[in-house]
Amino acid sequence: MTPPQDPLQDGKPDDADPRFQAEITARRERRSPVPPARPETGAGTGAPTGPGGGPDRLYILTGEDTERAPIDLVTLIVAKGDPSPTAQPEHSTLLRLCRTPLSAAELSAYMALPYSVVTVLLTELLAADLVHARAPVVRSALPDRSLLEAVMHGLQKL
Amino acid sequence: MDFKSSDTLTSGTVTGPREQDVLPATAAAAVKIVIVGGFGVGKTTMVGSVSEIRPLTTEETMTQAGIGVDDDYGSETKTATTVAMDFGRISVSDELVLYLFGTPGQERFWFLWNGLFEGALGAVVLIDTRRLEVSFDVIGRLEERGVPFIIAVNDFPDAPRHPVHALRTALDLDERVPIVSCDARQRVSSRDTLMTLMRYLHSLALARA
Ligand SMILES: Nc1nc2c(ncn2[C@@H]2O[C@H](COP(=O)(O)OP(=O)(O)OP(=O)(O)O)[C@@H](O)[C@H]2O)c(=O)[nH]1
Ligand SMILES: [Mg+2]
Repeated sequence: MTPPQDPLQDGKPDDADPRFQAEITARRERRSPVPPARPETGAGTGAPTGPGGGPDRLYILTGEDTERAPIDLVTLIVAKGDPSPTAQPEHSTLLRLCRTPLSAAELSAYMALPYSVVTVLLTELLAADLVHARAPVVRSALPDRSLLEAVMHGLQKL
Repeated sequence: MDFKSSDTLTSGTVTGPREQDVLPATAAAAVKIVIVGGFGVGKTTMVGSVSEIRPLTTEETMTQAGIGVDDDYGSETKTATTVAMDFGRISVSDELVLYLFGTPGQERFWFLWNGLFEGALGAVVLIDTRRLEVSFDVIGRLEERGVPFIIAVNDFPDAPRHPVHALRTALDLDERVPIVSCDARQRVSSRDTLMTLMRYLHSLALARA
């Protein structure tokens, strides 16, 4: 792969360009002395998800393994079947929408419901075994190179 | 909770993805990248430039209680703020989907998205050199959370231009953190910015191995 073509990286300020004359006055100070690095595997070691790391995560049963997993914005949801006529309207709509895989974020957008409301509904559907949740590839699964390479390959085709 | 009326939900007004936006049944896993930056820096534009679907919006409502009214049920001082987040999608393969979330720099809203940065591959910090300092807090938070990121300078016509080393010094960034310029309006430029992030993540993975 070739390095990015980046005018900034060429590093030759064009003296004729008045926009290069400006001095930077603002200064930030690094908060952590270490370069950005991904925390290693291990549940519960991640940053808190809310103020005080409170119990603001929703846990669900994925049905596919016994481990409890939170619904993520990019958890792909797939309906296991058609909604029953007696199902709650919100549940029916969700089941209809996810006949093909859709992320929790997309479901929230298409239903025009707050994301937290959608996660509650999805938790109910998962508990009733009406949908599958295809867990996102998470950081705790080692960020393996083949995954990164697959993404790069996909971007290259854009 | 404030559901839409059941009538609305059943009468077919909720339309799902357009036919061309449907993911194949083989889609098995998804990853996410977060594009973060100050107001008007081009987050939505970048998401839209590379997304295969028309960018979507997910919303969250945050209710804030007034001061010292925790157990005062009669209180009228609660205020609701709606915070929106744009996102787009790129099908990387038949099995793997990449989502891009454009989120404002104010870190106090991030918790609304239930782990927005958790599990994210990494982040693109979009900056506007006319307002460098708005990105300081975001960069600090990403460092603290251990989320790998790159800096993309959105090149607005009247924005001052600085050599990379000057930006690096001003932002107090590690030597390895890539700094690129981009035009968020252009697909190729936005794609290349994402590629720079991916190459950086790849180099971090190699260094760990
Ligand atoms: N010249 C130039 N203009 C840009 C670029 N990216 C975005 N813009 C313009 O800047 C304006 C704001 O862009 P948005 O994408 O809405 O920015 P945003 O970060 O999503 O803004 P908020 O969501 O309001 O915080 C739009 O008019 C864009 O057309 C760029 O790379 N170059
Ligand atoms: Mg926007």
